[in-house]
Amino acid sequence: MRFAVPVFPGSNCDEDCAKAVREILDRPVDLVWYKNGNLDPYDAILLPGGFSYGDYLRTGALARFSPVMDAVAEAADRGKLVLGICNGFQVLLEAGLLPGAMRVNDHLKFRCSIQTLRVENNRLPFTGLYEEGEEIRLPIAHGEGNYYCDDGTLKGLEERGQIAFRYAGENPNGSVTGIAGITNREGNVLGLMPHPERAIYGWMGTDDGARLFRSMLRYWEGMHGAA
Amino acid sequence: MYKATITIRLKTSVLDPQGNAVKGSLHSLGYGEVRDVRIGKTMEVWLDTPDAGEAEGRVEAMCRELLANPVIEEYEFRLEKGA
Repeated sequence: MRFAVPVFPGSNCDEDCAKAVREILDRPVDLVWYKNGNLDPYDAILLPGGFSYGDYLRTGALARFSPVMDAVAEAADRGKLVLGICNGFQVLLEAGLLPGAMRVNDHLKFRCSIQTLRVENNRLPFTGLYEEGEEIRLPIAHGEGNYYCDDGTLKGLEERGQIAFRYAGENPNGSVTGIAGITNREGNVLGLMPHPERAIYGWMGTDDGARLFRSMLRYWEGMHGAA
Repeated sequence: MYKATITIRLKTSVLDPQGNAVKGSLHSLGYGEVRDVRIGKTMEVWLDTPDAGEAEGRVEAMCRELLANPVIEEYEFRLEKGA
């Protein structure tokens, strides 16, 4: 299983994502510059956190028009795994690969802390190694994580099991029903505000993020072999 | 040449945390009559287009495609000739 991490001007979690793949999964991973429109060699795409294009206009709004995003849309369409973390989630929303939009945190502050999340659906390629309803701890670091969608969209997300994670207890940003991460209808595209790549060893404060990457590997190589 | 002045604001159904914070500050300054504050943005776009109808269509498309996010925002604009 081969991983790509697209790098936009302003990405800053790209190396952390690559490191998580190398150290936790021991699989090949390449950083791919945003002007590269070819992701054919890869099975999974990790859109990293950061501040692509300085967050100008709206978070994720300008990154969406870079050549690599056409390739990400194609990869998603072909059933490859696409994971958007923090700014990567914002980019996926702006690109229309996930429904809804991101607003400024309801308290208007940038929030950097470890949050408790509840795994709402463990039948996804990204969550298979968690228990359903399990509470895990992952760090967040964002000023715009206040996820919004209208009531009709929310109902659809709930009915189809597209809500992967919710904040358990305190909601750190005001997101609709405490949503922390959602998938597309097919379940092969996940966006989440917390940073699993910053939670892969105990000394980081929590290693609960490691299982998200391991879940992806188990799902993919279970279906396609270890090539 | 046309100049488009575009106003983008959050839909009324979407909570505006910045507007709420500003409202609170206005209240504490003694402007108790302030019922609501909504914060948006203004963009000025200059177009090399001789035709008003064409300019209008192009600006409309820009708003839809990039300048506003239709999930949470609405937009309106006016055109001025030769500005």
